[in-house]
Amino acid sequence: MLGRKLVFIVLASCLAASVLARQPEKQAHSAAHHPATNSTPAAATPSRVPVSVSDSGPEAQLATIFREIESNQLNHALELTEALLRQHPNYRLANLIKGDLLLARRGPIQTFGAMSGAPADKVADLRAEAIVRLKGYREKPQANFVPRYLLQMPADQRYAIVVDTKRSRLYVYENDVANGGRPRFIADYYVTQGKLGAEKVSEGDKKTPIGVYHVTSNLSRAKLGDLYGNGAYPLNYPNEWDKRQGRNGSGIWLHGTPSDTYARPPRASDGCVVLTNQDLDAVAKNLQVGSTPVIISNSIEWLSLDDWSKERSELNKTIDAWRADWESRDTERFLRHYSKRFKSSDQNFDEFAAQKKQVNTSKEWIKVRLNNMSVFRNPGKEEMVVVTFDQDYRSNNLNNQMKKRQYWLREDGKWKIFYEGSA
Amino acid sequence: MNTTSLHQPRFQQLKGLRALALGLAISFAAPAFADNLPDVQRLIKQGQYPQALEKVDAYLSNKPKDAQGRFLKGLIYTEMNKPVDAIAVFTKLTEDYPELPEPYNNLAVLYAQQKQYDKARTALEMAIRTHPSYAIAYENLGDVYAKLASQAYDKALQLDNSNPATQNKLALIRDLITTSGKGNVKPSMPVAAAPTPTPAPIAATPVAPLAAKPTPTVAPTASIVTTTPGAAATTQNKPIEAKPATAVAAAVAPASTAPVAARTDAVQEDIARAITAWANAWSRKDMRAYLGAYASDFNTPKGVARKAWEAEREDRIAGKSGKISVNVDEPTISINGDKATAKFRQHYKAGSLDSSTTKTLVFVRSGSKWLIKEENAR
Repeated sequence: MLGRKLVFIVLASCLAASVLARQPEKQAHSAAHHPATNSTPAAATPSRVPVSVSDSGPEAQLATIFREIESNQLNHALELTEALLRQHPNYRLANLIKGDLLLARRGPIQTFGAMSGAPADKVADLRAEAIVRLKGYREKPQANFVPRYLLQMPADQRYAIVVDTKRSRLYVYENDVANGGRPRFIADYYVTQGKLGAEKVSEGDKKTPIGVYHVTSNLSRAKLGDLYGNGAYPLNYPNEWDKRQGRNGSGIWLHGTPSDTYARPPRASDGCVVLTNQDLDAVAKNLQVGSTPVIISNSIEWLSLDDWSKERSELNKTIDAWRADWESRDTERFLRHYSKRFKSSDQNFDEFAAQKKQVNTSKEWIKVRLNNMSVFRNPGKEEMVVVTFDQDYRSNNLNNQMKKRQYWLREDGKWKIFYEGSA
Repeated sequence: MNTTSLHQPRFQQLKGLRALALGLAISFAAPAFADNLPDVQRLIKQGQYPQALEKVDAYLSNKPKDAQGRFLKGLIYTEMNKPVDAIAVFTKLTEDYPELPEPYNNLAVLYAQQKQYDKARTALEMAIRTHPSYAIAYENLGDVYAKLASQAYDKALQLDNSNPATQNKLALIRDLITTSGKGNVKPSMPVAAAPTPTPAPIAATPVAPLAAKPTPTVAPTASIVTTTPGAAATTQNKPIEAKPATAVAAAVAPASTAPVAARTDAVQEDIARAITAWANAWSRKDMRAYLGAYASDFNTPKGVARKAWEAEREDRIAGKSGKISVNVDEPTISINGDKATAKFRQHYKAGSLDSSTTKTLVFVRSGSKWLIKEENAR
C-alpha cells in the first residue's frame, strides 16, 4: 500500500515538477524576458476543493486533480476527474488519469498510463499534453509584458492572435485603443501543431510555419470533413517573405477537432494550428477575416511596456522618414530606405530605382499619407517587420489610394524595405 | 463465506453450494423459520430452480417482507439467468434493508455481468459503506475498478478492446451472514457469522478518509526516472525526488501484514479461476476464450511460430468431433510477484481417450488478468 501511494505521489510530482521548472529556456534576445508568473507550488493548499466545472478549458481542473493526487487525496482526485469527464466525455487525457486512479485502488502502479501493454506513443502524447497544459495554466503572461510582435494595430483591428509553438499555446490579445493601442491579454488556449513541430519549409514536411499571417476566409462546418471540427480559418501561408525564402506548401489553417476526441496531442497535425471545438468557437468570435493577424512563433519574445513603446516609436519614425523622403522628391534620399536586395512583384532594386528617378522628374509636388497602419514584428532569427497601411498618394499629375504591405528588414543596423506590394 | 464465480458452469458450483447449504443449516436451525427455506436451499442445490422458485414464492406469500426468502428468490433468478428479475428483487431488498451488504454485492455482480460497471461500483461502495470490513465486496470492487480502468484506458488510448476473455470474476454472495437481526433473519451464531476481519486496503475505501495518524518517523524519499522518449521535447529526463509528504507517512500507519496475506489469497483465487476458465473453454471448444487464456508471448512447444501453434490447437480442439471434457484437480499455486506457477492433475476425456496428466502452467499478470506463459505436461 505504501508503494502505491508513493508511486502515485512521485508520478504527480514528476508531472508537476517539470511544469514548475520556471523559465527553462534561456531567451536569445537580451531585451526579452519571459514573464512567467511565480505560481504557487502545487502542494501549498491542502484544503479540499469542491467539485466544480469551468468553461475556460480543463487546465484549472487538471491542475487541481494533480494537486489532489500529490496530497494523496486520490478519492477526491477521481471525483474531480469524473466531473471533468461528465463535461467532456471523450477527453482522452482525463480518461487516462481516471484509469490510473482506478488502477491505483487495486494495486501499486508504476507510471503515468499504468495499464500493462498501453501503447507507449499514445501515453507519451497524453503525458505531453498534460505537461503543456499545466505549464500554460501556471505561467499566464504578466500584464506588464507584451509579445514583441504586436507593435502596432490599426484602430479598427480589435484582436490579434499569437501562437507559441514551444508551449502549445495560443494567446488572444485585444487592441486596447484607450491605452494607446497597447495589446491587452484576453485569453489563452491549448493548441496542437504539426507532427514534426514548427518552422515549415516545404510541402508535406508536417510542420507549422513561423511568421506573420492573417485569416483569409472562414470555412463553415458544413463544407468540411469531421477532421476540422467546428470550422476552419485558412491562413495566408506562404506569404511574400516565405516565398522569398523558398518556402512552399499550402493549406495551413486554424481549425477545430474531430468529434471522436475532445483534444488532440500537442504534435499531431500536418502543420495546421488546431484548437478544441469549444476553444475554436471562442476564438472565432474575435476573428476578422482578412485582417486579424495570426502570428506564429517558436517561443514568444516578451517586452516590457517601456521596451515595447521604444521599439514601436523607433519603427514609426523610420516609416515616417521613408514617407517624408518620398514627399521630398529627392530620389537618392528616398532610395536609401530600400534594400539592395529589394524586390516587388515585378521589379528588382535597379529597375525600381530607375523608374523612381524617371517619375520624379515630372513631379512638382507629392503628398503621401499613411492611415490604419499596422506593424508586426516577424518571429524568428531575422529582424523583420511587416507593415501594412492605407496609402493616400497625391501629386501634381497623379492621385492614388491603395492598401500597401511592406517587409522591412534590419540590415547593418538600419531598417530597409525588402519587399512592397499591394495588400 | 460461500462464494462462487458466475462464469463457472453449473456443475462446478456444486462444491460451493454444498458449503452454502451447510452454512444455512446452522443459520436456520432456529425453529421459528424451519418452514421451507431449507427445502428451497436443497432445490437450489439440486439445480431445480423452477421448483425452488415455487417454494420460495409460497414461503413469501406468508412473509412477504422476509429478507432471507427474498434473497434466495434473487439467487434463484440469477441462477435461472433472469438478470432483470434478479436485479428487481435485490434492488428492492437494498431499499427495504439498506443496512444489508449482500444484496448490494449481488446487484453489483449482476450489473457487472451486463457490463454496467459504474452501477456495479456504486452498489459495491454501498455494500462497503454499510459493512466497511466486507472482504468479498472489496475483492469484487477491485475487479470492478480494474474493469472501469480498462474502459477508461480504452477511451484514453483508443484501444479496440475486442478481448475475448472479458469474463466476469465477481463473486456472488449466497447467504445473508452479516444480517443484523432485521426482519426474520437472525443469525444464530453471531460470532461465527461475523465476516472475516480482513483489513481492507484503505485506498479502496471511498467512505474512509485517510484520517490515519501521521507517523512522522518514516519519511521515505523515492526517486523515479521519467523515461518517455516521445515527450523528450518538453520534458527533462531527470530523477525527481518525491516530497516526503505527510500523506506518505499517513499511508504507512495502517500498513500491516494482513492485507498482504489477503491479497495473496485473492491472487490464488484469480489464478484458480483462470485455470477453470481455461479448462472450460477447452471443454466447450471455445477457441477464442481458449487462445485468449495464453499470453501474447506464450512459449510455444519447441518454439514453433505462434500462428502454427494456434492452427495446431484449433485442429486438435475445434476440429475434433464429439465431446471434449477437461477437468482439473485442486491446483498447487506458488506466486512470485507478477508470475505464478500452478501445478495440478488434468483429466482429459475425448471419445475413447481418457487420460490424466500432471500439468504445470506458468502464469504472468497482464493488467487485471493472469495469462499462461508456459505449459508443461508430464
